[in-house]
Amino acid sequence: MEDYRLELRNVSKYFGEVQALEDINFKLGRNEIVGLLGDNGAGKSTLIKIITGYHQPTSGEIYFNGKKVDNLTVPKARELGVETVYQERALAELQTLWRNIFLGRELCSSLGFLDIQRMKDETHRLMNESMGFTSHAVSPDSRVGKYSGGEKQGVAIVRALFFEADIIVLDEPTMGLSLKETAKLSNFVKGIKQAGKSAIFIDHNIFHVYNVADRVVVIDRGRVAGEFMTQDIGVNELMEKMVRVAETGSLE
Amino acid sequence: MNTPTNGTSPAPAVTQHYKVPFNIRRFARQNSSQLGILGVFLGLWLVFIIAAPNTFLSPQIYSAFMTSTPFFAIMAIPLTVIVIAKEMDLSFPSITAMGMVGFWFAYNATAFIGNTTVSVGLAILAALIVGTIIGWINGIIVVKVGIPSLVVTIGTQFFWRGAVLVLTNGKNFPLEYIKSTIWYPLLVGKIGGFLPAQMIWLVIVSILVWVLLNRHRFGAHVYLVGDNINSAELMGVDTGRTRIQAFMLVGLFSAFAGVIASFFVAYFWPNMGSGYLLNTLAAVFLGGTSVFGGVGTVLGTFLGAFIIGSIDAATVAIGMTGYLTQLIYGFIIVLSVAMHSYLRKRAD
Repeated sequence: MEDYRLELRNVSKYFGEVQALEDINFKLGRNEIVGLLGDNGAGKSTLIKIITGYHQPTSGEIYFNGKKVDNLTVPKARELGVETVYQERALAELQTLWRNIFLGRELCSSLGFLDIQRMKDETHRLMNESMGFTSHAVSPDSRVGKYSGGEKQGVAIVRALFFEADIIVLDEPTMGLSLKETAKLSNFVKGIKQAGKSAIFIDHNIFHVYNVADRVVVIDRGRVAGEFMTQDIGVNELMEKMVRVAETGSLE
Repeated sequence: MNTPTNGTSPAPAVTQHYKVPFNIRRFARQNSSQLGILGVFLGLWLVFIIAAPNTFLSPQIYSAFMTSTPFFAIMAIPLTVIVIAKEMDLSFPSITAMGMVGFWFAYNATAFIGNTTVSVGLAILAALIVGTIIGWINGIIVVKVGIPSLVVTIGTQFFWRGAVLVLTNGKNFPLEYIKSTIWYPLLVGKIGGFLPAQMIWLVIVSILVWVLLNRHRFGAHVYLVGDNINSAELMGVDTGRTRIQAFMLVGLFSAFAGVIASFFVAYFWPNMGSGYLLNTLAAVFLGGTSVFGGVGTVLGTFLGAFIIGSIDAATVAIGMTGYLTQLIYGFIIVLSVAMHSYLRKRAD
C-alpha cells in the first residue's frame, strides 16, 4: 500500500436529510498539491471541514499517514499537522494580531498561564520574515479588524505556517485579494511544495488552481466527478469539462 | 513514517524580544475605554467634593462606600466575563439566596460536630458549591440545548428564587451564631475601624478574575468566543466548555456575595439579592464592556461599580432631593455607554 499523508475512504456526510457528500474517496500524497474544483454547493467546503475535524463524517474512514483516525476533532487534526486557511478567514477582528496568530493554540504553561512575551516575539518575527508587512498599522498589538483584506489573509496564512503543518488546506484563499497579492499567494503555495509539505487548494478560479496544483479533483453534487494530473490536461480542456459537469453532471 | 509535528514547539528561538518604547498616545488609544471611565469617575468625584465638601472630604463616606459597594461589585466582576463571552446571566440575584439556602442546610447538617467555626466553614463551602453548580446548570442549558442565555437565565432566575421560597417556607432566619466565629471578622469585619473586609475581598476577586481574563488561556478563549464564536470553533477552541466555565464563575462569586451580604447583617431573608440585578448590570456596561462581546475590562467594571455605588449617597449629601437619584443614574449610564461606543470606533 502506498503511504499517503491523508486518505478518505467512502466518506459520506448528511446534514439531516440532505446528503452533502456521497462516497468520497480522496488521497493526498506526500509533497503533493491537490486542487479541489467544483461549483458552489458541490461540497468542497464540507469536504475540507471533515478533513480539518470541524464536521464529523456520517460514514467512512479517515487515514493520516496510513493510520486510521476516529472521531477527528479540530484540535486533533491540528495535532496531526493539518492547518487551514478558511474561506471566512477565522479571525477574531476585535482582538490583537498576536492573539489571532495563536488563536486556539495559545502558548502557555502547564497550568494554562499565557506566555504573552513569547507569543508577541514570535508574532513580531513572523511579521518581518513571512508576512512582509510594511504598514505602520500592523504590529503584534494592533487589532486585526483594521487590516486590509490582503493583510487579513496574510495573517490567516502565516498562522498556518507557524505551526509547521504537514498538510495546509487553503479554502478560497484568493477571495478579495488584489492581483499582486494573488501572485504572492501562488508563490507561497509553490513554497509549500518546495518545503516538502502537502496542500489542498480550493478556488473558484480555475487558473489559480491549475497554475499551482499537481492534480485536480473535480467535485460535483457531493461526488468525485473525476481527477486529472495537471501535466496531462490543458487548462482549456479542463475548463470545458468543468462546464460540462456543471450542466450535465458527467465529465464526458 | 513521519511523526506529526506538535505545533506548540515553534521553529527557531527568537534572539530579540519584541518591545515597543512607551508612547503616551498609543497607550491612550489602546486603553481609551478604561481611561474614559476613569475620567468619568474622577470627574464625578470632583463634582461631589465641590458640591458637598463636608461630606466628601471626610473619610467616613469612603468607609461607607467600601462597605456597601462590594455586595454587588463582587458579582459584577465575574459578570463582566460572561458579557465579554457574549452571553448574559440574569439569575445571579437568585443564586445569592440559593447559596445561602445551601449554607443553612449544611450548617444544620453539620451541627452535630459541636464546633460552630467548623460548621460555619463547611456551610460557606456548601454555599459556594451550590452557586457553582447552579452556574454549571445555566451553562449546560445554554450550550447543550442551545437556548440564548438571556432567555435561559430569566427562567432560572425565577426557578431558583422559587426554590428558595419553597425550601425556606418563605421565612427569614437570623444567623447570630456566625458572630462568634472567625469567619465573621474575616469576611465582613472592619480593619482599624475603617476598612471593611468585604472591600479587601472585592479587590482579591478583581485581581483573580483579572489574572484569569488577561493571563490565562481561559480568558483568551473568553475574548475569542465573544468576538467571533465561529472563528474560535474553526480554530479548535472548545467554545462550549469556555462558556460553561464562565457561567460557573458567576455562580461561584454570586454565592460568595450572598454569604458576605447576609453575614454583614447576620441575617438571611429569602428575597436577598433581588435589588442588585440592575445595579450590577449597570456597573458592567458603565465600565465599557460591550454587549456585542469580545470587549471589556475588570478595571472598567470596578470603577463602574463605585460610580453606581456612590450616586445614591452623593445626591443626598449634595442636598438634592432623593427623587433625583434615578434620573442621575440614568443620565450617567447613558452618557458613559455613549462615550464607550464613540471611543471604540476611534480605537485601533
